[in-house]
Amino acid sequence: MGGVITAVALVAFAGIYVRALMFTPIERFQGPAQKIFYVHAPVAWAALLAFLVTGILSLLYLIMRDRKLDTIAAASAEVGVAFAVVMLTTGPLWGKPVWGTWWSWDARLTSTLFIFLLFVGYQVLRGALHDPEIRARFSAVMGVMALVLVPFIHVTVYWFRTLHPEPVLMKPERPSLPGVMLVTLLSSVAVCTLLYVGFLLMRYSLAVLRDIREEEMVDGIS
Amino acid sequence: MSWLPVSSAATLQAIIAIASKDLLVEQRTKTAFFSSLVFAILVLTVLYFARDKTSVGDLDLAPGALWVTFTFAGMLGLNRAFVLERENRAMDGVRLTPATPTAIFLGKVVGSLVFVGTVELVSLPVFILFYDVPIWRELPILILVIALATMGFVSVGTLFASMVVRTRFSEVMLPVLMLPFLFPPVVAAVQLTRGILAHRPLSEYSGWLSLLAAFVIIFSTFSLFLFEAILEE
Repeated sequence: MGGVITAVALVAFAGIYVRALMFTPIERFQGPAQKIFYVHAPVAWAALLAFLVTGILSLLYLIMRDRKLDTIAAASAEVGVAFAVVMLTTGPLWGKPVWGTWWSWDARLTSTLFIFLLFVGYQVLRGALHDPEIRARFSAVMGVMALVLVPFIHVTVYWFRTLHPEPVLMKPERPSLPGVMLVTLLSSVAVCTLLYVGFLLMRYSLAVLRDIREEEMVDGIS
Repeated sequence: MSWLPVSSAATLQAIIAIASKDLLVEQRTKTAFFSSLVFAILVLTVLYFARDKTSVGDLDLAPGALWVTFTFAGMLGLNRAFVLERENRAMDGVRLTPATPTAIFLGKVVGSLVFVGTVELVSLPVFILFYDVPIWRELPILILVIALATMGFVSVGTLFASMVVRTRFSEVMLPVLMLPFLFPPVVAAVQLTRGILAHRPLSEYSGWLSLLAAFVIIFSTFSLFLFEAILEE
């Protein structure tokens, strides 16, 4: 199931790029560099979605204590790392020609960097705990804390910047999009969401298989 | 619900018992205290020289230096509170007492607050001396900021320390998990300290004070409630 969805999403993603490159006009101010936007923004959306899913499932795990919730949360976090890496690499590639700098400490950029770091911390914590029950509980605590933290980081950076003069060269605001570009963007968002679901399902079935093998090994020892 | 104190007197007693136990262990060896203090002084010294003195003045550098020092020195102390319990599985003993998870958490928080607070209290005059900051009149408000930020720092830190102590690399893991959570309070505290050192009126930076207070309230509450999930076996 996950494999089929992923395959469909990947083909659709190629289609998005044909549309973006061939049938969507070149943006007047940003030039061809703006084309990366059609992967950057949707991927950022998928990373954020993955983060929200991990956080909410962590909270639900602490209430309901269903192992399945923990497995999905972990799968979502892992898929989220992949999306966050793509987001954090495509962002600077776009930023350099358009803003004139690879990186800017804008609220959105900083928050997403922290989302990536929190995802990695979550994975590191999981990797260091061997008992599946403890791992599920502790990572759920981490997931809930991270979910509460990110709005705080956003506000902090936003205030930090607004207290300083606005930069002239780097303008984080994007221009409002004309219709053709908007259609390309929105279809790309849909495809990335599908890709996220596909990855998540694949990752989840892998985790289920791994759990079964772990249990078999434990049974074999005892 | 089990996290609600059975009786507030018993809870208070348990909090004091746990905090004083931790502090007594520390008072007998004083290793962690002196290490953290020396570490704080070293960081303040290194940061003083980590700049171009002609373009970055003492007062520009001071707020950041103070909070980086407090953050790192505090982290050394936080790990200690649970590493203590790891040896001989002492945590099982603590759990066997009638103390509720709430009391254990608050006891640990109080113990770490006293520890980190003492380190800060001793390194603050060193900071004032090293960075030559004219601060005496604004000292009460600076101490309020330090108290608030330390409170947030210690409650989040206690939660994370209680988790990472169960892993093999707790010393490395604690900063990795915890530093993202220190970002809002430390940035707010630096901004507040900057305003205080520049003798600006409080109204100019009251936003940061609210952010810091909101962080402390929200994260202390979350840490308190989530701690129970860490403790259960």
